[in-house]
Amino acid sequence: MPSLDDLRKRITSVKSTQKITKAMKMVAAAKLRKAQENAEKGRPYSEKMNNVILNLSKSITDKENAPKLLVGTGEEKVHLCIVLTADRGLCGGFNTNIIKKAKSYFEKIISENKTLKIITVGSKGYDQLKRQYKSYIVENISFKESKNINYFDADKVGKIIIEKFEKNEFDVCAIFYNKFKNVITQIPQEQQIVPLNEDKDDKDDSGNDNDYEFEPDEDEILSNLLPKNISTQIFKAMLENSASEQGSRMTAMDNATRNAGELVDRLTIEYNRSRQAAITKELIEIISGAESL
Amino acid sequence: MSNLFNIDIVNPEQSFLSKDNVFEVVIPAVEGEIGILKDHIPIISFLKPGIIRVFSESEEQSFYVEDGIVEFKDNTLSVLTSSIFDLKNADKNFVSESISSAEAELSKDNIDDQKRFLLNHKVEVLKSITIN
Repeated sequence: MPSLDDLRKRITSVKSTQKITKAMKMVAAAKLRKAQENAEKGRPYSEKMNNVILNLSKSITDKENAPKLLVGTGEEKVHLCIVLTADRGLCGGFNTNIIKKAKSYFEKIISENKTLKIITVGSKGYDQLKRQYKSYIVENISFKESKNINYFDADKVGKIIIEKFEKNEFDVCAIFYNKFKNVITQIPQEQQIVPLNEDKDDKDDSGNDNDYEFEPDEDEILSNLLPKNISTQIFKAMLENSASEQGSRMTAMDNATRNAGELVDRLTIEYNRSRQAAITKELIEIISGAESL
Repeated sequence: MSNLFNIDIVNPEQSFLSKDNVFEVVIPAVEGEIGILKDHIPIISFLKPGIIRVFSESEEQSFYVEDGIVEFKDNTLSVLTSSIFDLKNADKNFVSESISSAEAELSKDNIDDQKRFLLNHKVEVLKSITIN
């Protein structure tokens, strides 16, 4: 049984931890609002980009000569995976969920005897993957220095991908990130960006959209647009990720604060009990001492 | 009947400009400037460095763009661009920096003709801004 002094020390220590988690929760909540706003502001761009590409790819008749970024290289041997994670921890299952999703994909690729290449964005992802997949990681990027997520950073990642594609270093490229649904739920996502997967947005097959005028011709626009689209998709993923990270951290810290509160309550009861027991014991001693006189 | 249409200019970070009362927009498309009026046929094109001019009933606005994509459909003009600024609050330092970096790029030998053309054009446009 711990002494009264030990209990008191533990209570103070849990209380100060609670203060820290509470502060972190507040900070995350403030950052979340901003990140969420940014994610919403960034949506029109990627949506419009998607629309334009969709319209363009519909009007392309000559599938054989279409840009490779759109239709793929015709092979599926080398897979490049971009794993986007946070740079900081203490955000619940945020990083682990992405890694878990990515790992199951990696296992599938490896078991099919295909070549796997990994690029990690964010230091936490690299830390978790380097133990098991060190030999597959070709690049490890981190934007720790930049305070806000900006398009410039996303463009850097996009350029690396394009460069590798032009050197024929991979056939299929997928990105992994957390999609922000709400503060409590973030869904780990796997999205293929090369070749472009168009089936998911193919709702409006009205067919009357094919009367666009193109200047210059479709192929040239597409080959100009597709590299940009990759950067845009990465940027979108980064925005979603940052909102998810803050949301996840907020929930995790909220839980931690609550747990700390419960622990303090329990410890306080235990402390009071043993204090009372000590007093009772002393009383008994005094009374039995007085009786024996 | 009104002869007005909508314009949306978006960059990756946010929606830059959204108006529903413009009657003419001039965009620096890659094969020459295009003036767009209401009921233009649907068009997709991309931009070279230049100045977008937006004429609405009350005012005229000008923006410098570096690159981007334009789409016109159902009387809505969408401009997607990663670098844009309003000429009214053009940052002198930024402009001169862009000019010098473009000129530095031009002085390299290994650039192809198309890129050289675009860079030359960019310098020209940027210089015209500083004169104004």
